[in-house]
Formats: sequence, C-alpha cells, structure tokens
Amino acid sequence: MTEDIPQMDDPLDIPCLKHGAMEGLKPFIAAPIHQEALGFPGELVPDWKERALEKMAEMAETNRAFQIYLDTCVKCGACTDKCHYFLGTGDPKNMPVARQDLLRSVYRRYFTFAGKYFPWLVGARDLTEDVLHEWYSYYHQCSECRRCSVFCPYGIDTAEITMAARDILAHVGIGQKYSNEIIGKVHAIGNNLGLPAKALGATLEDLEEDIEDETGVSVRIPVDEHGADILLVTPSADFFAEPHIDGLLGYAKVFHEAGVSWTVSSYASEAANFGLFIGNQDQMREVSLRIKKAAQDLGVKRIIFGECGHAWRVAYGFMNTLAGPFDFLDQNYPIPQHILEFTWDEIQKGTFTFDKSKNDHIRLTYHDSCNVARASRMGDEPGGQFEIPRNVIKAVCNNYFDMERDTTHESTLCCGGGGGLLTDDLMDLRVKGASPRMTALQQVTEDHGVTHMAAICAICKTQFSKVMPKYGYDMDSILSVHQLVSNAIILTGQEIDDAEDTND
Amino acid sequence: MLGTIYALLFYVATALLVVGLAMKIRKYARTPAPLRIPVTPSPTTRTGVILRMFREVLFFESLFKSNKWIWAFGWVFHMSMWLVLARHLRYFTYDVWGWVAFIQPFGTYAGFAMVAGLAGLWARRFLVERIRYISNPSDHLMLALIIAIGGSGLTMRFVAHTDIIAVKAFMLGLLRFRIGDLPADPFLLIHLGLVATLMIIFPISKLLHAPGLFFAPSRVQADNARDVRHVGRWDNEGEQHD
Ligand code: SF4
Ligand code: SF4
Repeated sequence: MTEDIPQMDDPLDIPCLKHGAMEGLKPFIAAPIHQEALGFPGELVPDWKERALEKMAEMAETNRAFQIYLDTCVKCGACTDKCHYFLGTGDPKNMPVARQDLLRSVYRRYFTFAGKYFPWLVGARDLTEDVLHEWYSYYHQCSECRRCSVFCPYGIDTAEITMAARDILAHVGIGQKYSNEIIGKVHAIGNNLGLPAKALGATLEDLEEDIEDETGVSVRIPVDEHGADILLVTPSADFFAEPHIDGLLGYAKVFHEAGVSWTVSSYASEAANFGLFIGNQDQMREVSLRIKKAAQDLGVKRIIFGECGHAWRVAYGFMNTLAGPFDFLDQNYPIPQHILEFTWDEIQKGTFTFDKSKNDHIRLTYHDSCNVARASRMGDEPGGQFEIPRNVIKAVCNNYFDMERDTTHESTLCCGGGGGLLTDDLMDLRVKGASPRMTALQQVTEDHGVTHMAAICAICKTQFSKVMPKYGYDMDSILSVHQLVSNAIILTGQEIDDAEDTND
Repeated sequence: MLGTIYALLFYVATALLVVGLAMKIRKYARTPAPLRIPVTPSPTTRTGVILRMFREVLFFESLFKSNKWIWAFGWVFHMSMWLVLARHLRYFTYDVWGWVAFIQPFGTYAGFAMVAGLAGLWARRFLVERIRYISNPSDHLMLALIIAIGGSGLTMRFVAHTDIIAVKAFMLGLLRFRIGDLPADPFLLIHLGLVATLMIIFPISKLLHAPGLFFAPSRVQADNARDVRHVGRWDNEGEQHD
C-alpha cells in the first residue's frame, strides 16, 4: 500500500488548493442494527429532507452556538489555514469556514431572508441527497479539534457544526458505523471494546502479576471494589493496547505509593464517550450516567479520569450538567479529577521516589491533545492543562524538548485520528492529517535528537502508533505520560536491580 | 420632495435596523446553551471574560494571533470607522460636543484609512486563493457598499463640497420629526442612500457578527465547569440557565 505522504518543510506550510482531493472519502455507514440500537432510523428515511430541516430548525432553537456560529461568520478567511486536514490534503472543503459553509449554505436557503429570496447572492443552496453525502464525507474529515475556533475572531467552533451535521445525518438514517457500533457496545457491555467483566478481571490480574514480576512489590488493580475511595474511569484501551497499558501500570503504582484505595468499575469500564463525536447529547448523557451509577453503586468518594482527551472534555465540561449533581461525592476534591492532577499533587507533596535515569534512553517531546488543550483544564489556573503534564514529565524525565510553539498548547495540532475518525476506512485521511504534527516532531528530532513523544489521550496514542511508522519512527515511539512515571518510580520496598539497568 | 423621500427612507431604515437587531439579539439571548463550551484556556471568572471581550473588541486579539494581514486591514478599517462615525455626530447635535469637535481632524483623515483598510480586505478576496474560494457575491458587495459610502463621503469632504449646513438642518429636523429640504447633490444622495441600505441589511446579513460576538459561547462562557454547575435541559423541562 502506498499512501502519498505530504512533504512539508514547516508544520504550518499552506498548500495550494487541490479541488476535490478528498472528495468521496467516506467512513463506512452504520448498518441498520447499529443505527437502531441508538434510536436512529436504520437507513435513509423517505422523508429525509423534511426531517433534516426539522432537526436543523430544532438545533437553531435549542443550541445558541449553532445559531450564532452560522450567523456571524464574515468569511474573513483567518481560519482557512488552521485545520490540519486542510494542511495535509489541500482540499479546500477542509478549510474550516468552507466546512461550515457546507451546512451554512443549506441553513441560509431555508432559514434566512437573504437565502430564501436571493440564494445566489449569499451562496445558499437546496438540500439534496448529494448534499447529504457531501456532508457525510467532509463532516467525517473533521476531528472536532477546535483549532480553528482559537483563531477565529468570533470564536466560531467548526467542531460544533460538525457535530450538528453528524447528528442530523444520523437522524435521517445515515450514521457512522465506527462510532455508533462502539456506543452500542458501551450501552450493552460497558466499554468500547465489548470487554466483559470476567475478561476485564482476568486482564487486570495479569497486569498485577506483571508489576510484581518487575518490581517485587505487590500492587493491586482492583475491580468493582465496594467502599473504595476513588473510582478510576479510564479508556478501555488502557486495558489492552500499547502504549496505553503502560500508562495504566503507572496509575496503579501512583495510587499504591500514595496509599489511597481505588477501583475500576466493570459497569463503567470506559472513559471514552463517543456521544460527543456523533454530536448527540442524549447519547453522551446516557454514557455519562453509567459513570454516575457506578460511582453510587460502589460508594466511592472521588472520581478520577485516566489519560483520554475527549473523555476528559466530557468529564470536565459536561458530566456535571448531563449526569449531575454529584453531591454524593467528597466535595473537597475536584469533581471529576484528572489522573495528572492527582499525580502532580502527590509529586509536590514529595510522596514518590523517582529514578529519572530510568528514562534516560528517551529524548522526549509532548503532544498536547486537542480536547485537553482547548476544551478543558487541569488545576486551578487557566493553562494548567499545559503545565501540569509537562511538570510531571519533567519530574520523571531528564531530556525534554517542546515542539514549535505554534503547534503546541492552545495551538496544538490534532493527531489526525480524533473525533470518531480512528477507523481504518479513513486511514488515508489520518495519515495526511497527521503530517503537520509529524513535521513538527521531525523538527525537534533534527534539532534536539528527540526519539519519543508522549501523549495523554488514548486516541492520540493509537493513531500515532499507526502513523508514526509512515514518518520514519518506530510504532513504540509514542508513550503514555504515566508510562514515564511508571518507569521512573521506585516503589517502597522495591529491590533495585542493577543488572537490569545495563541490559536495556 | 427629495427631502420627503430621504426622510421616509431614513425612518424606515432606522425602524428596520432597530427592530431587526432587537429581534435577533432577543433570539440569541433566549436560545439556550445546553452545554458549557468555552474554548480553553479561557478566564475562569466573569470579570476575566469581560476583560477578554474588551481585548477582542479593542484589539481583535484572536485575529492578531491568526493572520497579521487580515488583522491589519480589518483593525484599521473598524477603528477608523468608529472615528468617522463619531465625527458624524456633529450633524446630529445642535451644539457640537467638545470631544466631537476635538476628533474632527482625526475623523476626517480616518476616512482614508477606512477605505484603505477595506480596499486591502477586498484585494485579499481576489488575490488569496483560499479567501477567493470562500467568498460569495454578497461578501464582495458588502465591501463595495461600504467603500462606496466612504468614497462618496470623502468626495463631499475634499472634492465636491455639499451644503453641509443644510444637511445638518435636515438631520436635526428628522430627529424632531420635521421634514426639511435636502440639497440635490448627487454625492450626498448616493452617500445617504447607501447608508440607509446598509442599515436595512444589517440585521439580515453577516453584519450580525457585531452582536454575535457577544453571544459566542466559545468566547463568553467562563471556564468554571467544575465549580458552578451549568444546568441544561435535562434537569427540569422548561428551566434554563446560561
Ligand atoms: S475565521 Fe471565523 S469569521 Fe473568519 S472565515 Fe473563519 S469562521 Fe468565518
Ligand atoms: S475543528 Fe479541527 S478538524 Fe474540524 S475544521 Fe476545525 S481545525 Fe479542522
């Protein structure tokens, strides 16, 4: 398989327009069974046009963002070069404003004076089946990363339009297989993987053994432990995928050393919430309610989320609205808390002993995940979501280098696989969309000999382990932040094995 | 006759502008925000948000980070426009206020800066491939309209002077619902006609960015989701907060 990998000199190089470059690219459409499981019609309904317009009218009435963003764009063009999918593909419909216009043109036609009477003047167009399919294609070439919103003078967030479009499509019968199938599994089993409670328990027991073999210390990874203080909700990828799993070992060691009691839940064994991706707040709510129920059933006092980008967005920003109030939890701790907030607090208290040299074979950079960077916070100060992960990294790692500032912090570039696009049927888009980030990484490799990149998002980690090899890195060049913590932490009572140091 | 036509035009335009904008703003304010979606990092308090909005309105902070050319042209255009508008207050008050008299010379030359800024923005719509792609006819026409307003105004100020005393008398009359005479000066009629047009299309065009800015959830919501519970439609039907 030969994909053409975009050649960029600078991560933010603006390509010439390549009209139609990504036209027709579509993820698989959800089968009726996956649609119906979520209460959507199984296939395109005969009266799709009326229903789509009805849904659009409803959104304009019930969602201020939708209405404002469609009305206020002045087509200034400031966002046109801000999307990694545009930078990577050159397709003009991947420019954020052009992506919005795919829907705005229809909104104008049916809901605005100018569009009703002078459609040609304001670029308004009729809703046709072709338009639906164009939506399906280009609204699945957006990772809902919000980078464009940072740079828009009116804060117009294309992610909101993308979510709305996907929701409209699902409501007329055209849902996305990848996301809808996964949400169905969460409802039925409790996690994205469809990993049943028994298998989960067995996996975690194996991991406990691994830690004991490695350190000689018995560290527990409890499941469904009633009366534990902390419920850990983490992406299910942490239970089986690399490098996610090494992050989970890190959380376990951190909790162990901090001496807190904690548990995961088999009922809510998933932090990810793909309801966000498909733009459906009711689905998002149902998934969130599972977490609340698990917390209540287990009688925990605190909820902590593992390393996952969009999960943290939903948890931090929406869970309280959707599933709250959480007045049964201990109000002395943030609700919810991020695992990095927990770890950083304990580091500051001096709880851990680290041997930073355990990470000396790594020259590291850090990828800010978009949902953490632009849709949430850690700590008390704005921007804590950038500082806290870096603080933790620097506490456990000697060689750290940031990528170009225009590609980090609030300007971070998406990994290319977020927002429900982490599916093999979109691999071409994923590889191209990753090219700005990969170019920024190559720069720090050239300048500082960087060998590895850390991230705190399950999707980023999976995406990078797939696409980094195409850009000349090993697939294990992507690391979990808590994997670095796990490498460096010296558990109380751990035998220091000198022989191990030399045979790396 | 001319006076009557323009008087009616301005009454209608003002009514449409005020009523249209009021209706839009009411709609924006009443449309619920189901979830909290500030784009972070963002201020955690109301005061912080107000300061941020000041910076956005006065300096176009986000646009500055985004694109220096668009920022330069856009900022010069908007700030000059405010000066020019302020200068025009002298035609609506019997005694010219002190500060209006003071800015008179700045306001006059700001007219050139305003047209220059607009010309820059328009040039980008032709020259930059990406912006050409996203421009609709209405985007070009809007620039043409405002440039024509500026151009006709500057012409009256510097080339073909109009009887400004008579214009002021006409305007003061309008404010008191007395319809007087208007000089039959082509540039004046063009200028006023286009201004009325702009007022009429304001509430149904992209000029809605002016009020819209203050309602964009991504910018005006404080980042305080963990401290203050944002109540959405799920709590109680009919009970909505923002
Ligand atoms: S930056 Fe904002 S206002 Fe400008 S074109 Fe993009 S979405 Fe529209
Ligand atoms: S949200 Fe991200 S992926 Fe979507 S258009 Fe904006 S920059 Fe592109």
